Amino acid sequence: MTSDHSAASMASDHAVDIDKHVRIYITVFVALMVLTIVTVTVSRFHLPVPIAVTVALMVATIKGSLVACYFMHLISEKKLIFAVLALTAAFFVALMVLPVVTVHDGFWVH
Amino acid sequence: MLNVPLATLNTIVLISSSVTMVMAWASLMRRRFETYRVYMGLTILCGLAFLVIKYFEYSAHFHEGALPSTNNFLAIYFTLTGLHGLHVIGGMVVNAYFWGPGAKLWKTNPVWFTNRVEHAGLFWHFVDLVWIFLFPTLYLL
Repeated sequence: MTSDHSAASMASDHAVDIDKHVRIYITVFVALMVLTIVTVTVSRFHLPVPIAVTVALMVATIKGSLVACYFMHLISEKKLIFAVLALTAAFFVALMVLPVVTVHDGFWVH
Repeated sequence: MLNVPLATLNTIVLISSSVTMVMAWASLMRRRFETYRVYMGLTILCGLAFLVIKYFEYSAHFHEGALPSTNNFLAIYFTLTGLHGLHVIGGMVVNAYFWGPGAKLWKTNPVWFTNRVEHAGLFWHFVDLVWIFLFPTLYLL
């Protein structure tokens, strides 16, 4: 249940370590703001739908990953946690692709 | 039809609330209880701001007759943002508890309290994460 960042293990951790973390949090905050501006700006270009969807989802994924990795401390978690998450993500992508593939018959054959 | 500027403002509000939430936890790690209180208070205020903005959005929609029953997109929009809003309220209740009555635990068991705040933070960040995906999907695409 305890991650590397549990209060128990960090009880002896020094203010210096937290200062480094705080700097990371501010950096991530700025990055998230920039990405928000990017995603709103790109939406004004009215790109063709498949490209627009791809770009929007890519930007959203980057933003989400920043929140997950740094605010939720995912990046300092054990490898196994990452692996479980990656597996979940892979299955989710498959879940999303399935309806698309069934609708666009002959999707892989032109 | 959907208000992109208001939603962008809401996105900024939620992202800021995530930052204040993690700073609240960091303050506890640095054993600065008063700073924690400030940051947690800011998180709750940001959540409140989000809900207020959402209220204006919704009332504008209802005013112009855009209801969940109007069309498929609106049904999905109201369902997704409505459920998300409920989770925001839930998160705010928990955060308010840890800001107010729950903060007593800091005196008796600071480590446990810090961990509980971290977990509340995980939920709050997840709420933010969902919005980060909802925003482009519903408003921008």
